[in-house]
Amino acid sequence: MKAFTTLDGLVAPLDRANVDTDAIIPKQYLKSIKRSGFGPTLFDEWRYLDVGEPGQDHSKRPQNPDFVLNQPRFQGASVLLVRENFGCGSSREHAPWAIEDFGFRAIIGTTFADIFYSNCFKNGLLPIRLPEKEVEQLFLQCAGTPGYRLTIDLDQQVVRRPDGHAIKFDVDPFRKYCLLNGFDDIGLTLRHADKIREFEARRRIEQPWLFA
Amino acid sequence: MAQTLYDKLWSSHVVHTEEDGTALLYIDRHLVHEVTSPQAFEGLRLANRKPWRVDSIVATADHNVPTDRAEQGIADPTSRAQVETLDANIRAFGALAYFPFRDKRQGIVHVIGPENGATLPGMTVVCGDSHTSTHGAFGCLAHGIGTSEVEHVMATQCLLQKKSKSMLIRVEGELGKGVSAKDIALHFIGVIGTAGGTGYAIEFGGSAIRGLSMEGRMTLCNMAIEGGARAGMVAVDDTTIDYLRGRPFSPRGDQWDRAVEYWRTLKSDEGAQFDRVVDIDARRILPQVTWGTSPEMVTDVRGQVPAPEDFADPVKREGVARALQYMGLTPRTPIDQIRIDKVFIGSCTNSRIEDLRAAARVVEGRRVADNVKLALVVPGSGLVKAQAEAEGLDKVFKAAGFEWREPGCSMCLAMNADRLEPGERCASTSNRNFEGRQGAGGRTHLVSPQMAAAAAIAGRFADVREIV
Repeated sequence: MKAFTTLDGLVAPLDRANVDTDAIIPKQYLKSIKRSGFGPTLFDEWRYLDVGEPGQDHSKRPQNPDFVLNQPRFQGASVLLVRENFGCGSSREHAPWAIEDFGFRAIIGTTFADIFYSNCFKNGLLPIRLPEKEVEQLFLQCAGTPGYRLTIDLDQQVVRRPDGHAIKFDVDPFRKYCLLNGFDDIGLTLRHADKIREFEARRRIEQPWLFA
Repeated sequence: MAQTLYDKLWSSHVVHTEEDGTALLYIDRHLVHEVTSPQAFEGLRLANRKPWRVDSIVATADHNVPTDRAEQGIADPTSRAQVETLDANIRAFGALAYFPFRDKRQGIVHVIGPENGATLPGMTVVCGDSHTSTHGAFGCLAHGIGTSEVEHVMATQCLLQKKSKSMLIRVEGELGKGVSAKDIALHFIGVIGTAGGTGYAIEFGGSAIRGLSMEGRMTLCNMAIEGGARAGMVAVDDTTIDYLRGRPFSPRGDQWDRAVEYWRTLKSDEGAQFDRVVDIDARRILPQVTWGTSPEMVTDVRGQVPAPEDFADPVKREGVARALQYMGLTPRTPIDQIRIDKVFIGSCTNSRIEDLRAAARVVEGRRVADNVKLALVVPGSGLVKAQAEAEGLDKVFKAAGFEWREPGCSMCLAMNADRLEPGERCASTSNRNFEGRQGAGGRTHLVSPQMAAAAAIAGRFADVREIV
């Protein structure tokens, strides 16, 4: 997994609440057996004017000029600014895969759906929860400032605005540790293999029907 | 100290806890399907790892499978490749049970687990599918997980998880005629909102929940995720135990007795504290119909489509305006004047035998309205289909003009050929009315099986209480 330490990135605002993972990456692309290549179909139904299919050359499809990610000023954005309950619905990890593959490294919003939030950390993508007032300010500043950028420091747990205003954010220490170092969870968990085996042996005696 | 059901399930599975409270939770049952597993198996292969405990895995192909002419195989080459990849992965790595495409016990993963007794009280159950919350109906701790977590569980038999807050949704009183578990589900989501359960594990309790069958409890727990909660659960009682007796993977003999003794402890203790309690009066729940593009955008069949200006919060107002535009609805339209094009009875929410019986009772002796282009019944599994056919339900549906299909996820998410065309409006017993969920441009209204059946007959939403 790619480590995340600091980021100085262009911000793209997606100003709608309850963005679900079906909208982030529609079902037809879930037929892939790979975990890469989903960037061109991120937000597919909003981004393009036609209905896309897997295997197509997406660069040739008609784009929706009104959709925020198609606007020239947001090209190259690496910070996605969102509203409440982002990533709700399906557990598909194809959603963070698509967001990361598109070029985003951080998502800032008020709340994220639980499964999506957890999936982000497995893919080097940092979801940041901020108070509504701060998010509202970011939307306003972003709308009024071409080339609006934010800097994010995971170690310090801080988002810095261009005007110098610093916003602290919370992140679970364990998740932070994994993301800062780009650690793969499985390797970390297997350090406890003996404990898992002990637990399992005890369970086998106490509830043998679970091991039939 | 008095414990909640969630406390008990949680503490009995903790293998290790990090300093910040992140726990390694032991996983008893891992349900696997073709869409969210290929990358996980590939990850195991690349790291030269084997599954920790193959006999925890129960697998099936459900999302991609066609529901018509199953004998001809899967026409779409990418769908076929995904299903064949699962076949190959199970062959290579193994499983306790695999119900492949065309097997007589194949079906939707959240239907086959319980009906085979592969979901048992006190278990932790995971699956790379958000509707894994369904299994909480059995007094399980059941989580939907992402593909990286699927790989993690395969490799370590554990899930890294922080304990959630606890919410009790207490539904007291008797449900009215024509009102089902689906209506409780849609109603509670309307009350707490789709993000209301974020960060919580929800226990459903109260006399109305105790009065539900296991099928009803599964419908309700299934929709916990639509209220934002990764897990929903119901305490074990006689209904749970009666359902499990004699199922293929249920314990037998002495082990059954020992298991039942333990299972009876799986309920919240008297005086257990929840972080949030929501009280709902069952008698006040009417048949529900969603009008928007989020399950919280819901009212009852006597209601009407709201107007954006009814909402004070500007983000919400904007969301409602966008939803109404997508749905092609005018504010103040009475729900029962909304005409439909298609009907879908199926999905992990509502495709079990009780659901099909309830819909068939409404349909019996009637005809699907002329303006309804397609009315589909997709049983949740091969066993549900066989049971329904033994009861003659297939004949009831077919005589009324419904199509009777093979099991699978079908038009709930439209990964196979069953879908809505742009602009088509559907009365659906599934769980998500998101934009494009049932097909790009499709318009979904979530309802119970009874209400879907009533809509099929009337050609518009209709109050099922006036029909039966």
